[in-house]
Amino acid sequence: MSKKPTTKKEVQTTGHSWDGIEELNTPLPRWWLWTFYACIVWGIAYSIAMPAWPIFASGATPGLLGSSTRANVEKEIERFSAMNKAVEDKLVATELTEIGNDPELVAYTTNAGGAVFRTWCAQCHGSGAGGNKGFPSLIDDDWLFGGTIEQIYLDVQHGIRDPLDPDTNYAAGMPAHLDDGLLESAQIDEVVQYVRQISGQDADAEMAAAGSEIFAEWCVACHGEDAKGMQDLGAPNLTDAIWLYGGDVETLTTTIRHGRAGVMPSWSYGTTEGTSRLSEVQIRAVSAYVHSLGGGE
Amino acid sequence: MSSTEPTDDAPLYEAREPIFPKRISGKFRNLKWILMALMLGIYYITPWIRWDRGPALPDQAVLLDLANRRFFFFGLEIWPHEFYFVAGLLIMAGLGLFLFTSALGRVWCGYACPQTVWTDLFILVERWVEGDRNNRIRLHRQKWNAEKIRKNLTKWTLWLLIGLATGGAWVFYFTDAPTLLGDLFTGDASPIAYTTIAVATATTFAFGGFAREQMCIYACPWPRIQAAMMDEDTITIAYREWRGEPRGKLHKGQVPEGQGDCIDCQACFNVCPMGIDIRNGQQLECITCGLCIDACDEIMDRIGKPRGLVGYMALKDEASERAGNKVVNIWKHVLRPRTLVYFTLWAGFGIALVVALFLRSPLDFNVTPNRDPLYVMQGDGTIRNIYTMRIRNKHGEEVTYRISATTPDGEADPSLTLSLEGQEGDTVTVPADQLYNQRLYLEAAPQSDLATTKRTDIDIWVEQVGGEVPVRDSVGTVFNGKE
Ligand code: SF4
Ligand code: SF4
Repeated sequence: MSKKPTTKKEVQTTGHSWDGIEELNTPLPRWWLWTFYACIVWGIAYSIAMPAWPIFASGATPGLLGSSTRANVEKEIERFSAMNKAVEDKLVATELTEIGNDPELVAYTTNAGGAVFRTWCAQCHGSGAGGNKGFPSLIDDDWLFGGTIEQIYLDVQHGIRDPLDPDTNYAAGMPAHLDDGLLESAQIDEVVQYVRQISGQDADAEMAAAGSEIFAEWCVACHGEDAKGMQDLGAPNLTDAIWLYGGDVETLTTTIRHGRAGVMPSWSYGTTEGTSRLSEVQIRAVSAYVHSLGGGE
Repeated sequence: MSSTEPTDDAPLYEAREPIFPKRISGKFRNLKWILMALMLGIYYITPWIRWDRGPALPDQAVLLDLANRRFFFFGLEIWPHEFYFVAGLLIMAGLGLFLFTSALGRVWCGYACPQTVWTDLFILVERWVEGDRNNRIRLHRQKWNAEKIRKNLTKWTLWLLIGLATGGAWVFYFTDAPTLLGDLFTGDASPIAYTTIAVATATTFAFGGFAREQMCIYACPWPRIQAAMMDEDTITIAYREWRGEPRGKLHKGQVPEGQGDCIDCQACFNVCPMGIDIRNGQQLECITCGLCIDACDEIMDRIGKPRGLVGYMALKDEASERAGNKVVNIWKHVLRPRTLVYFTLWAGFGIALVVALFLRSPLDFNVTPNRDPLYVMQGDGTIRNIYTMRIRNKHGEEVTYRISATTPDGEADPSLTLSLEGQEGDTVTVPADQLYNQRLYLEAAPQSDLATTKRTDIDIWVEQVGGEVPVRDSVGTVFNGKE
C-alpha cells in the first residue's frame, strides 16, 4: 500500500513538448474529482431550490424554497420600520420646538430628515441647503417667511403658492409693475437706484432721491417703511446683503418690471386626491433638519 | 525525471496513498516541538490575557472588536481610520515572507504554517493511539475488528476535541473571552460564533486528520509562489548525491569499497510527512521540515560516517562540492544582496510603523470644511463658513475640549468668531471612547480681509480642558470669503 520509496515514480506525459519542456500527465487526486462532482450536484440542486432559470417574459423559475431577494428587502425595510416606530411616534407627539432638546430625536431627524432633504429638497435648495437663484438659502439668517421651526414646518407642509393645496401660502408675490402698467420704465430705473442706495451699493443719488418717493408710494405696503420686508407677505428685506434673485441693476429692473412669485410645492398634498407626498414623520424630520443647519431661529 | 509516452490506460485520477511518518528525534525535531508548543500556546492563551483600560473599554489584551470597529492590542488601540497600521503589518508580513523564502526556501511551510503545525499535532495523537509506523501500517491493512474500531474512534475523538479547541479559540479573539465561554455553554452565544466554531472545527479535523499533505500539494498557492522566489543560493534541504551514490546495503556492518555513504535504509523516507524520498532531488511536495536530516544523521552516527548526507544546502553547492570544494557555510548564502535588500525594506517599514505609532497625536480630530456652499452670506454681510469636526475621545472617560481658531502663525484674528452648533461657549464634552461629530461655524466680520479674500489658511485648535498635562493640537483648514 505505501509508496515504494526507492524507485522514481514513472510520470506520464501528454506527448506535448515545447522547447524541450514536456507537459506531464499527472493523475488528478480522487477527492478532487469527488469535490468536482459534488459541486455539479450542488449546482443542480441549487438551481431547483432557488430562483435560477430565466423564463421568457416572466422573470425566472421561482425555486422550491420560495426565496426572493425582493421579499427579503421588503422584510428588512419592515424590520427597520418597526425598529424606528418608537422614535417616529415620539417625533409626532413632541412639540416642534422641543425636538432639538431630545438627543434621540436629534439623531433621528439628522439622519432621516437629511435623507428626505437630499431626496426631495436638494434639487432646488442645493444639497448643502445653500440655495440657488430664486430658491432661498436655508442656512443664512435671512428668511422670507420666517425661520422658526413652526414656520419651516408650515412651509414644508403646505408649500408656497402651490395651486394644488388649498391650504398653501397665498402670498401675492411681487407685482409686474411695467407689464401691468403700474409704473413707467423711467420710474422703475429710479426705484432701482433707490433700492441700491438703501442696500449700501453704488447708486446715482439724484435718481435715488426721485426713486425714494416712488418707493414710498408703491413699495412700502409690502416691503415696509424701513424697506426691511414683511415675513407675513414673504416680502424680502431690501436693505441687507442677501438677494434672492440678485441686487445688480439689471436683475432689480427685471424684478420690478415683470414681478416675481416663486413656488414651493406642498409636501402634505399629493398629486392625486387623498395622497401625501411626504408623511407627517418625514415632514417633521426634514423641518427639524433644516432648522438645525445653522440658520434656524 | 523519467517519462513515458502517453498510453491509453493512463489513469485520470488516483486515490491518496496514506502516509505513516515514523517517529524520529533529533535537533530539527526538537526545534519543531519547541516551535509547536510556542505557537499553539500563543494561539490558545492570547485571548485570555487581560489588560486594564479603564471602565469604558474592554479589558482583553488582544481583541478584534468588529461591532465597534476597534482593534485592541495591549496598550494600542487602532481605530478604523488608522487601518494603515494593519496594512503596514501586512506589507511587513509579505516582505518578511520574501526575505525568508529567498534566504531559507520553504521554511514557513516546514516550521510555522498552521497546516504543518496542526498536522504534526494530529500525527502525534495518531502515534499515541496506534503506535509507530509499522503498527499503524498493520492496523491500516488489517480487517475491521474491535481493536481497529476502538483505536480509530479514540483517535477521531481526540482530533475532534483539538479541532473544537482550535475553532473555539478563534472566536475568543472577537469577543470578551470569559463571557463568550460562558455563553457558549449556556447557548446564549450568537449563531455566528457557533457557526464559526463549527466550520473551524470541521476544517481542522479534515485538514489535519485526512487531507494533510494534499492541502500542501494541491490546495495551497504558496508553494508555487515560493518556488518562483527561490534561486541558486536559496538554502533548502537536499541529498548529497555525490557522497551517497552509488547506494547499497551494509556488508557485515561496513560500507563496502566503491559504494557511497547511503546505505539505502530508507530512514529518510520513513519519517517524511509528505511521503517522498528526498534522494529523488527537489520535489514540489517537500515542505523542508528537516525530519529527514534528523533521520539520516542518526544513521550516519550509527555507521560512523560524517553527518550531513541529507542536509541544508544551496542548490549550487551540490556541483561545487562534487568538484571537491569545501562545504560552504550557509550564512554565506543567507547574507547576499537580495536578502539584504529585502531585510532593509522590511526593517524600514517596521521602523516607519513604530515611529508613526509614537507620533500619533494624543488628540485625534479632523476638520472638514463644508464645500456646498463654500460660504454663507448673512444679512449684515458677515461671511460664515461651516465645518464638520470629528473628535475621537480615545480615553476611558469623558473629556471636555476647548475649540478655537487662529491664523496659521497662531495669532487670534479679531474679525473671526467661532461658534459651535448646539453648544454654549467654545467647549464640547465627548463621552468616553466615542467619535463625536460637531458642526463648527466661523464668521468673518463684513468687509474684513477674511470676508473678502477667496481663500485664507486658518488653524483650528483643540485643547483638552482639565487634563493633568495641558494637551493641545491643531489642524489646518481654509476659510472661504466672497471675493
Ligand atoms: S523530504 Fe525531508 S524535508 Fe522534505 S518534507 Fe520530507 S522529511 Fe520533510
Ligand atoms: S536515511 Fe540517509 S542513509 Fe538512509 S536511505 Fe536516507 S539518505 Fe540513505
